[in-house]
Amino acid sequence: MKETQPVIDRSNCVINIRGLEKSFGDLDVLRGVDLDLYKGENLVVLGKSGTGKSVLIKIISGLLKPDTGTVNVLGQEVPKLKGRELDQLRLKIGFSFQNSALYDSMTIRKNLEFPLVRNRRDMTRGEVDRMVEVVLDAVGLSQTINQMPSELSGGQRKRIGIARTLILQPEIMLYDEPTAGLDPITCIDINNLINEVQSRFHTSSIIITHDLTCAKDVGDRVVMLLDGQFQRQGTFDEVFDTPDERVKLFHDYNFIN
Amino acid sequence: MKFLNDDERPVRRRRAQVISRRFDRIFTELHNIASFIGRFFKEVFLPPYEFKEIIRQCFEIGVKSLPLISLTGFIIGIVFMNQSRPSLAEFGATSWLPSLVSLAIVRALAPLVTALIGAGRIGSMIGAELGSMKVTEQIEAMEVSATNPFKFLVVSRVLATTFMIPALMMYTMLVALLGAFLNVNANEGTSFTTYFTQVFDAITFLDIFSSVIKSALFGFTIGVVGCYKGYHSSKGTEGVGKAANSSVVTAMFLVFIEELLSLQVITALRYL
Ligand SMILES: Nc1ncnc2c1ncn2[C@@H]1O[C@H](COP(=O)(O)OP(=O)(O)O)[C@@H](O)[C@H]1O
Ligand SMILES: [Mg+2]
Repeated sequence: MKETQPVIDRSNCVINIRGLEKSFGDLDVLRGVDLDLYKGENLVVLGKSGTGKSVLIKIISGLLKPDTGTVNVLGQEVPKLKGRELDQLRLKIGFSFQNSALYDSMTIRKNLEFPLVRNRRDMTRGEVDRMVEVVLDAVGLSQTINQMPSELSGGQRKRIGIARTLILQPEIMLYDEPTAGLDPITCIDINNLINEVQSRFHTSSIIITHDLTCAKDVGDRVVMLLDGQFQRQGTFDEVFDTPDERVKLFHDYNFIN
Repeated sequence: MKFLNDDERPVRRRRAQVISRRFDRIFTELHNIASFIGRFFKEVFLPPYEFKEIIRQCFEIGVKSLPLISLTGFIIGIVFMNQSRPSLAEFGATSWLPSLVSLAIVRALAPLVTALIGAGRIGSMIGAELGSMKVTEQIEAMEVSATNPFKFLVVSRVLATTFMIPALMMYTMLVALLGAFLNVNANEGTSFTTYFTQVFDAITFLDIFSSVIKSALFGFTIGVVGCYKGYHSSKGTEGVGKAANSSVVTAMFLVFIEELLSLQVITALRYL
């Protein structure tokens, strides 16, 4: 459960998606997705693996192009952006990748300062170092600063990945399966971190997961992606209060495992 | 006119399909490589320039290849000198050894050996490195932190191989000539000055110049192939192994083709 109640501004929609469709060859992955993310909110997107959850957030960050539909992020139409404009928008979006995507050839310090030294050329060495310390402290891993990513555990790598996205002080956070492949205790740590990021950095977040504990702990609102569309939405309990067999099955299967 | 009977027809059609699909794949791949090279030339001239990364790659690719190149070049010089001796001795022409060997080293052996070692060591390194970055989403991570991964990863590596393979080739040339000298000195007692006077009498500016240009082409090929294979490697860990492996195989194959073609061009130039 969250320690502090989040401040959600329902009049301010930071991500607005309408009629989003995407297919790869014969495979229709997204078939008309509508989504609103409000300022300050943690929105959980649930779904089995292979339903297109990652595709959805890759479209939001402009890594993939949609076939049809509008994708409006912070007032800008993402599929129409190019070059510098897209880069400017991306600096406001933090993307935490499923397998952390830390740069293997760089130390933790270099990993963390990479987005900064490349995009904030006005910052001095001292300012960069201080920001690195702040985000490392926020994820509680100050002691790892000179280590290589390969020396860290899966949970630590996840945290560093989150720290690396926080360093640009994004307005929106996109988490791709933040707890996948972690043990239950570490999952709780990550869930707490996601909530802490929300309250401390005032971010609006989309959390992609198939882990119901995670959904319950971090989600202010939950939507369920089934057959390429959002089938259910509401609070966690509302979503699962349904006779729909597919939703029930998803729920039971998760808690048995 | 011969008519196919009923059970022969589908087999033929299927075989034709398999062949045409294979051709499709080859041409799609060629088209993709061509547009990859096109993108390289578009982005190489556009700022921002990744100088720091280019220098770092030159170090990784050039300096770290030195031990292997030194050993190979040296041994090739010794062995080639040794193997050429009996044939010339038959004609009592061992005094021609330095000229013969230097021509072989400068025109053919040094560029080819450097490129093959480069394809093996550098091609596989680039293929595996970019392949694992692709598979673990590091390339996408770079893109979302507003860094152009093509420029940062591909352009810097291709430039580094294009500069470093000719530099390494010159070095191989020197080391191999030195190895050959040690051998001829031990056997025929040829002095250092006599040896190198003979060597430089035998080779021309065109020989060295064409070897350098050829090596730059080899270096470009090794860089482009490694980056292309890594950048387009399939998901999963076996994709990384495949990227590394096919980088080496494809680069070596292309190097031999280019060697043959450049041989024609240089011969034509020589008798112009
Ligand atoms: N770049 C791509 N090219 C082709 N198919 C893709 C691509 N990205 C994803 N897919 C396919 O889209 C489907 C959904 O993928 P994804 O969004 O990664 O699922 P998940 O919900 O597990 O994150 C999968 O079947 C996958 O194979
Ligand atoms: Mg996924």
